[in-house]
Amino acid sequence: MEFWKEDFYSRKFAEKKRDDTIIVNMGPQHPATHGVLRVLVELYGEYIVRSECVLGYLHRMQEKMGEVKTFPQFYPNTGRLDYAHALAWNWAYVGAVEKLAGIEVPERAEYIRVITTELNRISSHLLWWGVYLLDLGAFTPVMYAFEDREILLDILQKITGSRLTYTYFRFGGVFQDIDSKFIEQTKTFCKRMRSRLNLYRDFVTENIIFRKRVEGVGVFSKDLITKYGATGPVARGSGIKYDVRKAEPYGVYDKFDFEIPVEESGDCLARYMVRMKEIEQSLNIIEQALEGLPEGDFRNKKAPKILKPPPGEAYFSVESARGKVGIYVVSDGGLNPYRVKLRSPTYSNLSLLNEASEGMLLADYVATLGSLDLVIPEIDK
Amino acid sequence: MSGIIGTPLFKIIVGLVTVLMFIGLNAILLGYGERKISGFIQRRLGPYAVGPHGIFQMMVDMVKLMTKQLVTPKQADKYLYWAAPLIAFMAVPVLFIAIPFSPTFTVLDVNLGIVLILAFAGLNVLALCIGGWGSNNKWSLLGAARSVSQFIAFEVPILLVALAIAMMTGTLNLSEIVNQQGNFPWQWNIVVQPLAFVIFFVASLAEMNRVPFDLPEGESELTAGYNTEYGGMGFGLFVLAEYTHVVVASSVMTALFLGGWKGPFLPGIWWFLLKMYLLCFIIIWIRWAYPRVRFDQLLNLSWKYLIPAGIINLLATAFLVKLF
Repeated sequence: MEFWKEDFYSRKFAEKKRDDTIIVNMGPQHPATHGVLRVLVELYGEYIVRSECVLGYLHRMQEKMGEVKTFPQFYPNTGRLDYAHALAWNWAYVGAVEKLAGIEVPERAEYIRVITTELNRISSHLLWWGVYLLDLGAFTPVMYAFEDREILLDILQKITGSRLTYTYFRFGGVFQDIDSKFIEQTKTFCKRMRSRLNLYRDFVTENIIFRKRVEGVGVFSKDLITKYGATGPVARGSGIKYDVRKAEPYGVYDKFDFEIPVEESGDCLARYMVRMKEIEQSLNIIEQALEGLPEGDFRNKKAPKILKPPPGEAYFSVESARGKVGIYVVSDGGLNPYRVKLRSPTYSNLSLLNEASEGMLLADYVATLGSLDLVIPEIDK
Repeated sequence: MSGIIGTPLFKIIVGLVTVLMFIGLNAILLGYGERKISGFIQRRLGPYAVGPHGIFQMMVDMVKLMTKQLVTPKQADKYLYWAAPLIAFMAVPVLFIAIPFSPTFTVLDVNLGIVLILAFAGLNVLALCIGGWGSNNKWSLLGAARSVSQFIAFEVPILLVALAIAMMTGTLNLSEIVNQQGNFPWQWNIVVQPLAFVIFFVASLAEMNRVPFDLPEGESELTAGYNTEYGGMGFGLFVLAEYTHVVVASSVMTALFLGGWKGPFLPGIWWFLLKMYLLCFIIIWIRWAYPRVRFDQLLNLSWKYLIPAGIINLLATAFLVKLF
């Protein structure tokens, strides 16, 4: 018996197979799928006839877990959803519950949230940058990116206690205050990062082989973006100027002066450039926030220890490194949420791929898949 | 006893043993070099871990490769599957036979030296091809198909360039070609034929599957291409063959363009090894600095740029040779 006869997805996919093509599984253990994503690909030579992403290899029922845990018990789960930009999910959840229960957040806490989230965004983009070049066959940039990311993680570890899956935000503030050493280190990092960005530009962005690999490859039209509701750098790379930080400002983002980088061409290079410019903008935001950091409490002292929000519902969305993260929480007045719904950006972004991939070369497909900046636990919530 | 020493058979046996030792030594040296250079470029601490400056790492690697179980995939073609790494390695000793390390240190000084090397270098692609086919793995098959078309595309410019050198020097004998060059850089063929050197260098990179042209094994696209299913010494032999090809290509470039063993002060062999390892270093350096090209771009590079450039170079050489 052929193996795919046992597999629903493969069987459905194989039913429409042409005679002159082969079907291959890209993943779940393929080096370029960045995790346990399985892509069924029909290949004519090296050209892709069609492809289909098969999800569910990492399903962890996060939404159901939200219903059976008390409000504070769900904190750690948010950090596990997108391990590369955990603080965005932290913020979305905390923000939704604060809205629901009407908890005030001190201004200092809001500033700290902005600083840490932006640092985390930079680390996420750095991780992406390195791994994307690994997809294109260059190994050295990974090491360079990790070198910078290491400094960032050290800084964040001092105040959050962990290096990857942060659980730093609390209802009404943050877990602990930042100190002068943190501020000093962050300022040093910002200075260093700007010079490193020049190195990145010289080493990779202006490299002719890199340019030829990403220019005009994997073009997503505006229609496709709006059709599937893609957000984040993927949408901004296609000329859609949508960023939650500007469109629906949350926290204290409206106090800072920063720009939303937008590229018109919609290819892999556009998404790459958007992310590189976003690192710069994040550095701007961090420097402004450190400049204007107010004194005061880092957490609302009056926030209830045992949280029982009144019946009702709340939705809160933030801009993560991958796009719009939204959490919808319904309360029936009990200790647990009645319902938690997670809106993950990567899921929408990945949906573009099947349509856009037809007729692509296999190497371009890998480049396009990489440019979406996938984090699989966020898709298979 | 003294009658045996002078015979060609004895010379060939001694030559082969020396060559095999040289291959093993080179694989260790280049493997170590690859680690150290990549560690230096990428600022890694890893290559310092095993022994002082990591010198024992290669021995550990060798022990690991040799002690691994030899697994044959269930539905693979058993004979082709195991023939592939052997073929990849078998042609390798022959490649060294015609290389003139110094006037006295040439195993076999044949008249068709360069043709011999190019012919036997071609066996590598056969190994890749049947290895990819025999594994019964679709990624391997794609890798095999890639390796064949890549080889065909880049063999042509190499031959065109070699032909231009042969026309200029009037011989295919590598020792003779070296002899016609002088001691100093401005007397080398690279000055007369800079375009030929560039073509030869780029095409050799593609011939031996080094980044940015390592498409048959492009690990991000084809998982590992033709060697997806190989482990242990099967994989080891492929790697050994790859490193040897780096050394051979560097040697041929040294002999053709960089004056071979010619140089002031030092004995010839040192100059040869110096130039050869410098080229090896550049090849490794390129690997750690560049991304991989796409397959159509690779073929375009050969058919649209290198081959026309090679033909122009050949015609220009012919014209100038006729003129003077």
